[in-house]
Amino acid sequence: MSITIDKPPAKLHDLTQDPRYIGHSPERPSAKRLSQGQGCYVDDIVLPRMAHVVFWRSPVAHCRIKEIKPDFARRMPGVLLVADGHDLAKICKPWVATLGHLANMKSAPQYPLALERACWQGEPVVAIVAETRAQAEDALQYLQVEWELLPAVVDMETALDPQTPVIHPELGDNLCFTRSLDVGNVDEAFASADHVLATTFEFGRHTGVTLEPRCQIADWSSAEQRLTVYHSQQAPHMMQDLYARQFSIAESAVRVICKDVGGSFGIKVHAYPDDFATVALSMMLGRPVKFVADRLESFTSDIHARHHLVKARIAVRNDGEILGFEMDDLTGIGPFSMFPRTSAIEGNQVVNLVGGPYKHQHYRAKLNVVFQNKTPTCQYRGVGHPIACAVTEGLVDLAARAIGMDPLEIRRRNVIPDDAYPCAGISGIKFEGLSHQACLDKLERLMDYPALRAEQAALREKGIYRGIGIAALIELTNPSAAFYGVGGARIASQDGATARLDPNGGVTVLVSVGEQGQGNDAIYTQIAADAVGVDMAQVRVVTGDTDVTPYGGGTWASRGAGIGGEAVLLAGEALRANILKVAAVILKRSANELEVHRGDIIDADTRAVLTSLADVGRIAYFRSDTLPSDFTPELLVTRHYAQRDYPFIFTNGVQASYVEVDPDTGFVKLLKHWAVEDCGRVINPRLVDEQIRGAIVQGIGGAMLEECLYDKQGLMLNANMADYLVPMCAEMPDIEVAHIETPTKSSKLGAKGAGEAGTAGAPAAVMNAINDALAPLQAQVMSQPFTPEKILRALGRI
Amino acid sequence: MADLQTIRFNINGQTHSCSVPPRLHLVDMLRDEVGLKGSHLGCEHGVCGACTVEVNGRIVRGCLTLAVQADGCQVRTVEGLAALPDARQLQQAFIKHNALQCGFCTPGMLMAARELIQHKPDATREEVREWMSGNYCRCTGYHAIVDAVCEVLARRNQESAA
Amino acid sequence: MKSPEFDYIRARSVSHALSLLTSHGDEARILAGGQSLLAALNMRLSEPSLLIDIGAIDALRGVQVSGGALRIGALTTHTEIENSALVAQHAPLLKLAVGHIAHRAIRNSGTWGGSIANADPAAEWPCCLLALDGTVIAQNPRGERRIAAAEFFTGLYTTALAEDELLVACELPLAQRDDWFGFQELARRLGDYAIAGLAMNLRFSGPVVQSARLAWLGLGAKPMRTPQTEALLAGRPLDAATEALVVASLREELDPLADLTNTGATKKHLATVLARRLLAQANATRQSVAA
Repeated sequence: MSITIDKPPAKLHDLTQDPRYIGHSPERPSAKRLSQGQGCYVDDIVLPRMAHVVFWRSPVAHCRIKEIKPDFARRMPGVLLVADGHDLAKICKPWVATLGHLANMKSAPQYPLALERACWQGEPVVAIVAETRAQAEDALQYLQVEWELLPAVVDMETALDPQTPVIHPELGDNLCFTRSLDVGNVDEAFASADHVLATTFEFGRHTGVTLEPRCQIADWSSAEQRLTVYHSQQAPHMMQDLYARQFSIAESAVRVICKDVGGSFGIKVHAYPDDFATVALSMMLGRPVKFVADRLESFTSDIHARHHLVKARIAVRNDGEILGFEMDDLTGIGPFSMFPRTSAIEGNQVVNLVGGPYKHQHYRAKLNVVFQNKTPTCQYRGVGHPIACAVTEGLVDLAARAIGMDPLEIRRRNVIPDDAYPCAGISGIKFEGLSHQACLDKLERLMDYPALRAEQAALREKGIYRGIGIAALIELTNPSAAFYGVGGARIASQDGATARLDPNGGVTVLVSVGEQGQGNDAIYTQIAADAVGVDMAQVRVVTGDTDVTPYGGGTWASRGAGIGGEAVLLAGEALRANILKVAAVILKRSANELEVHRGDIIDADTRAVLTSLADVGRIAYFRSDTLPSDFTPELLVTRHYAQRDYPFIFTNGVQASYVEVDPDTGFVKLLKHWAVEDCGRVINPRLVDEQIRGAIVQGIGGAMLEECLYDKQGLMLNANMADYLVPMCAEMPDIEVAHIETPTKSSKLGAKGAGEAGTAGAPAAVMNAINDALAPLQAQVMSQPFTPEKILRALGRI
Repeated sequence: MADLQTIRFNINGQTHSCSVPPRLHLVDMLRDEVGLKGSHLGCEHGVCGACTVEVNGRIVRGCLTLAVQADGCQVRTVEGLAALPDARQLQQAFIKHNALQCGFCTPGMLMAARELIQHKPDATREEVREWMSGNYCRCTGYHAIVDAVCEVLARRNQESAA
Repeated sequence: MKSPEFDYIRARSVSHALSLLTSHGDEARILAGGQSLLAALNMRLSEPSLLIDIGAIDALRGVQVSGGALRIGALTTHTEIENSALVAQHAPLLKLAVGHIAHRAIRNSGTWGGSIANADPAAEWPCCLLALDGTVIAQNPRGERRIAAAEFFTGLYTTALAEDELLVACELPLAQRDDWFGFQELARRLGDYAIAGLAMNLRFSGPVVQSARLAWLGLGAKPMRTPQTEALLAGRPLDAATEALVVASLREELDPLADLTNTGATKKHLATVLARRLLAQANATRQSVAA
């Protein structure tokens, strides 16, 4: 197949009159100060009389707390308070993390500090607050806790066996949630297939390892009877609601402030027992209390994710038609479902997403989510997508190999065609408009697929084993209230932006979706500048303060661009219209004869500059005496947006990985990675590229390196940075990214999300590449992470 | 209770003295005693590199250096980089390539990159990747960081050839 | 994690350090580069009451050739070894290994003596010292003691150093014209402690190996040699038959301990792969030398 020259994609329609920034890659306004070490992260903040908390955490997977003797600890230098679960239960309510729309889901009440029992290694039991962290840690060594070991549930495969102890007897068993789906006629389809391929996929439990650990400062002011929390968090309004609720104080008495966040990826969107404990301690002391999780405690207290065992099958005809998928997913979570988004969502998404890109008509799925005495799990970048994509794409490659078809070709034959939309996937998910075919075509050219295949073949002759792996993916973004709201969780699916013209002609925009490094503040600046008609340098974006911004959902499920961005666009347009109203009155012209253009008001026809925004501001704010008495300038406007057309706006993409496997050592060298991504209208191409790259490497981490390892007693064996392996620079490939833009019609902006798709597809692409490399050696690996030992075993070398 | 030790050192071109307990590590001292918050803590095991600072012209792990060991030394942190032309080149390249997202690893990355461009001006892309492997980033996936450092190397080689 | 409290003294001289060691015994720790010690303290794995900082003792610095040996002072940093022309000339094995030690920032602080005294079984310097049959030079209140590498590493993080002894330098024999050195380690990430590593020194007599030293890291509680396999190589050319014999011998002689993600069997297999690769490398070098 020859390489054809790309014709330039059809340009999306302009959104604004003078489109300068949307669709381009100006530098992020916040990059300069971050490059100078001028960030403001929670641990940088020092408040008067601020104290520090450390937690005594359970050293074992399951124990009964018999007695806590705080006296020696209390007497240590600098110690202000030693508190246990009973102390905190007096002021903080317990919670139960379930969602109404996940029918049979159950979980037990959880407290900020464990009461009678600790149920996982790392669960906080006692809090010590001291003047400094070091003093609190010194005191920790003198805290005496008498505990009694209890049998622990540490194997998800036996969690439901009758002889396995039930962690919460009142729940009846260790089953958190189960779901079955049966669509079409799977048995008939599989019986009629030419080939049925079956295998078991394993995904190792792993965790986020944000470089800035979880941290917060809780500041209860008894004078104001008000709580302020500085939090490294993704959803300040959600936390505001939870603090108010759990502590029975008014919502208006709680302010949550999120300044710079040193990476979050979902780890920091959940409500941890530590969070509530720190607030309680501040209330008890009447002083600010800071909690910074150190790295060792992060490994056992940050949420974990992605521990799945999936038995799956695919039915295929010799001509390449995929008839159906079947899968049985077992996932082991912690002893409690995590608050408030629940630990069943990840598995639920696997059920929804397996087979996603394809047009088969038969699908059967089963999911069991089981409790264990291990660190609780919850949403982490990609949430179920990496598992679903690996299962799907791994099976598709098995099918391709069985019928002797090229992996790119089998995908071409089976993806839902680009002109089939809107339509539904077989699991019931609704698609507005995807571009699998266009993405496959683009990928083929981008990576020069034929040349790579030729290179692979030539090198195989020399005993060098390279592999090419393809992964097609779908990814949910821009969620509606169908995700959480319907289940009773007070997590906003709508967001708002306030745009204000300031007296000097600047534009300030307050947005309810915040910034954790992905560049939301940058794209909001771009959108606002274009929408109002000013230079980017004239726009200031404010996020992350519940006292200041509109009410909203924050960052999760890749919604910052699509939902936050839309609110900014609408607010910017509305402000522009109001500015023109004021200008029209001042200039005694009709508003439709005028334009806001780069900070000035100009005549729409002649383009002559008539006045400046600074002058409009001056008159509006300071010279109301010069305006008609029946006219009031409104130079501050707020607009909200919720995506209500679909439960989610799905995106799609395709990735490819090129690897070399050393059959002597089992080591895999990642030579290159490609991604073609359709996230609708791209607001800043460079930022999207960088989100894709970062997300891909995070996915590679789970595929190649990262796993929380346990002994038989449920103790984590590698809870430190030396033994838990995260991707570092040397082993990562260069990553080439290209875009297709299929805008969503659910908003004017047309932007879909881009933050998680990279993680969704990378493990599948790498797995398929490794197995493509191993194919001539009759070996395959389906268990992530793909360690050298697993590969050597598959090869029969050990 | 250990005796406090008085230390005197030069930080970003200014002399500073303070009394510290021996157990206080260099980064905690810089952050808490001197008030320079730009160097960060990510692990305190010496693995993540977020605490990388420069002592007597060489990068070190601030979490694996005691403040008392810095007595009499020249210390440089990210806050002192904007005054240096080679560091500014790196900062500008990082911004241009969006080689930073959340910014938490960035001070350490810049420190490490600066020592590279000083000591290994002919580094290949692969050598840049190897050198920068001492600094963990979760956001970028490293590609843009490598691009930024390679661009600075190329530009400096051009400048010195001219 | 914040370190527990300790007192700190900057030793003025070796004898000052020794007198402090003598009076404080196992309550004191020597602080050289601190890259292992301070990490352990930050994690509260160790609680000494006194740190004796030897960093200001200039007598412990420096690389020089003296008495027909290469003497590397205890405080020589890994970076200094990497940059040393004397090391490149007289102990090229170290240059092959140094790039695997952690990362630049660690190498700028970590020391030769510190690494050897710490005796991590997966560290590079103990393995190289063993491969070169180097000598540890220790000072104690009674004077100097020379300890052969083969006797120095006694167990996991345990050496022959007495409680009142300070490692002041190590000596390495100078590389000879007929010496070949190779070093390879297998780690999933550059700079990590390796799953397995091999430092090889072959001395040739024409096309035939006169004597061999194979020192291993990452396979057990301490760095180790494989004397049976070494003996096998003596007098043999580097051909396919030799390679097969070496592999078979290693399979018998090695009994590696498992680690978190690798069984003993995996490590044994990887060890044989390292041996094959270094023998092939040595062979290729000799062929090109001969050519």
